[in-house]
Amino acid sequence: MGTINRTAGGLKRLSAINHIASQNSFNLILRFVALAVIDAFALWFVIRLTQDKNLPLAALIAATTVGINAFYLHPRMGPFRWFSPGLALMILMVLYPTLFTVYVAFTNWGTGNLLSKTQVIEQLESRLYAPEGSQSYQWTGFVNEAGEYKLWLISDDGSEAFLARPGEALIPAAEAHVGELDADGVPLSIEGFERIERNQVIRHISALGELTFGDEGRAVQVTNTTSAAELRPKFTYDAARDVIVDLETGKEFTPIDGTFTADDGEQLSPGFFVPVGFRNFNRLINSAALRGAFSQVFVWTFVHAIGAVFLQFVVGLGLALLLNDAQLPGMRYWRTLILIPYAVPTFISMIIWRGMFVPGQGIISTTLTDIFGSSPAWFGDGTWAKIGILIVQMWIGFPYMMLISLGALQSIPSDIYEAAKVDGANAIQRFFRMTLPLLLITLGPLLIASFAFNFNNFNIIRIYNQGGPPIAGAPIPTGQTDILISYTFRVAFSDGGSDFGFASTITIVIFIVVALVTLFNFRFTRAWEEAGENV
Amino acid sequence: MSSSGVVQTNVLEKARRERVIARRKRRIGLALRFLVLGVALFYALFPVVWIMSAALNPANTIVNQKLIPDNASFANFQVLLEDGFDSSALNPFFIWMKNSILVSGITAILSVLVSALSAYSFSRFRFRGRRGMLLTIFLVNVFPNSLTMVASFLLLQQVGRFIPSFGLGTHGGLILLYLGGAMGINTWLMKGYFDTIPREIDESAMIDGASHWTLFWRIFLPLTRPIITVVGIITFIFTYSDFLLALVVLRGQREAFTLAVGLNFFISGQFTNQWGVFAAGAIMGAIPVVILFMLTQDFIVGGLTQGAVKG
Repeated sequence: MGTINRTAGGLKRLSAINHIASQNSFNLILRFVALAVIDAFALWFVIRLTQDKNLPLAALIAATTVGINAFYLHPRMGPFRWFSPGLALMILMVLYPTLFTVYVAFTNWGTGNLLSKTQVIEQLESRLYAPEGSQSYQWTGFVNEAGEYKLWLISDDGSEAFLARPGEALIPAAEAHVGELDADGVPLSIEGFERIERNQVIRHISALGELTFGDEGRAVQVTNTTSAAELRPKFTYDAARDVIVDLETGKEFTPIDGTFTADDGEQLSPGFFVPVGFRNFNRLINSAALRGAFSQVFVWTFVHAIGAVFLQFVVGLGLALLLNDAQLPGMRYWRTLILIPYAVPTFISMIIWRGMFVPGQGIISTTLTDIFGSSPAWFGDGTWAKIGILIVQMWIGFPYMMLISLGALQSIPSDIYEAAKVDGANAIQRFFRMTLPLLLITLGPLLIASFAFNFNNFNIIRIYNQGGPPIAGAPIPTGQTDILISYTFRVAFSDGGSDFGFASTITIVIFIVVALVTLFNFRFTRAWEEAGENV
Repeated sequence: MSSSGVVQTNVLEKARRERVIARRKRRIGLALRFLVLGVALFYALFPVVWIMSAALNPANTIVNQKLIPDNASFANFQVLLEDGFDSSALNPFFIWMKNSILVSGITAILSVLVSALSAYSFSRFRFRGRRGMLLTIFLVNVFPNSLTMVASFLLLQQVGRFIPSFGLGTHGGLILLYLGGAMGINTWLMKGYFDTIPREIDESAMIDGASHWTLFWRIFLPLTRPIITVVGIITFIFTYSDFLLALVVLRGQREAFTLAVGLNFFISGQFTNQWGVFAAGAIMGAIPVVILFMLTQDFIVGGLTQGAVKG
């Protein structure tokens, strides 16, 4: 690239220089071609996005593209070329979604308000209606093997005839190039299409009723088994006054909260998303029913993450203490075997555990029933579901905790124990006063990272029991074992409906918690300073 | 004379006895440790053995499953092989597996390439804004990109209106999301390793007329193969194991499912009549990841990669 060390190169044979130079100009051409392709694509995309009124994304893509051009054209921007692909990916796929989350949290984006205003206006303006006394036609249908339709239309007074296809302009009969006409002036057949005879009409009528034939200039819709009517646009948007006018009734609809609403309260659907200020945050804080379910989820998210790390660590550390300094033959193989739970993807191990817990069928339930005569409702009862999740969590994490504890134990110098023994400290004192504090210094950051990971451990909750059993009376379906991230998923993507705005509000709550935990961790480990020194 | 000889033998005898007791103590200790290790292994491995037993049980049900199934056979695997390749089947297992391997493989390769380029730049060039960008990358790592699922969903929806192959329900869109999410940590890991390559190597190559590009391509990539392999494998494992983003992006597109989404859809509570076939699938689906994990376990357990916990 531009930074070839030419002073040293001058000592080399001429042919070598020539070779490099020709390769360089080839590279240069390649670079310009690649840049031109990227620019052309970006330009097209930005134009489309602008037409769609998606200005933030358009601006971001435009800025990224300008950046890439600067990196490649400006000779002193060399280093930036190297990470421009990575940077572009991070801006589009990480930075934009993060900022966008904040924006969505302040909107009513969700079921009922899914589209942008431009899209809604476009949709409303494409709606048609059949005005009283408009031109009507007698129709004959034609269908091909693919199930596509054409209509032959003859106006009621018999003066005009057309061939009509969905979404395309009507063709006057004279230009339609169809075969022979029958006594009524209807073609016997159209190439590739078969005529629908009168006794067959009923089979096609519902499919035909959903189609609009012709284009915006002249649109026709089938109204009953024999006649079709010319349609007119039902709505028009008056941009100056920001109202939708119903051309049939003259009624005017003004946008209120993302829905075009008339004075008498009539609403046009679909609605569009609009900023609603702090309404989602208000709901979270002030709606009693919502707050109840949310606070349950919030508390359990912490209990789950802390409980999981605690159990994993206690079991792992206990095993590590027993195995420490034992000269076990083949330790490497034991280690590999015991790591298996950690290696199996959770999307598989969670289903296995679910299977083992199934009441009356799974091995754990049947064994407990054999021994104690009954087994808890592992999925039906909230408390037992939580216990079940923690048991599974312990299984997944203890091998990892055992291994890191073993490593940390081995790094503690043994002579300090000798000194403590001389001073008369017993084994329990030695553990709690010396071993544990020393271990926590080494392992603390890993435990906090583990907490942060389990705080957002969607896989376990969603796959093990889908967050169930349900919390009674929650306005948004919520489970007793849902954690914040699985709750977010439910709010955003449940079958009952989506509330992207509210889901983003919860995401912001998660952001804040994760940021605080990380800040604490950085303080604790000075990772930030280390990162700063490392660069 | 004789008395001192008796004392001597007594002392020797006593020392010998103490050694025997100490050895016995050690043996008991060792036996105890083996016992604990045995219990731990039982706890760790039982679910794994149990699913293998289910896979070999031709009854295909969870009811009355025994550790050693009657008439053990590979019938469940055969069922998978028969239907698994048919995209119109309800559970096209091998198509899901192919999707998973494809998506994770492409993500791993592209991510390694893009992060290696960035890491090279941060390691070998000095420029204004370098420090700020590195710290930004470090900070971005803190928030997993699964947190922004709603915004990512809406982003792909918008993109898909104009570029359908990167919209919702496509592997293209999913891979882009994974790539963005993996950028930070991968760049950081590789930069650390690149920094350990001595500068003298660059200088001598430059004197021989190598450009940065040649240096990167011919010298750096071969020299840093260990970290490149590890980062690639870790990215593959993380992507293969992801459930949330795949669920959000591929919702309802059964043929495009990755294994994580597909297997969950497969079993959906049908433990009485799908358990064996599911088990067969689970084993086949877990094998690639378990092997890769075992290959890199030293790095994953030893290096611990600063808070990059399993996904």
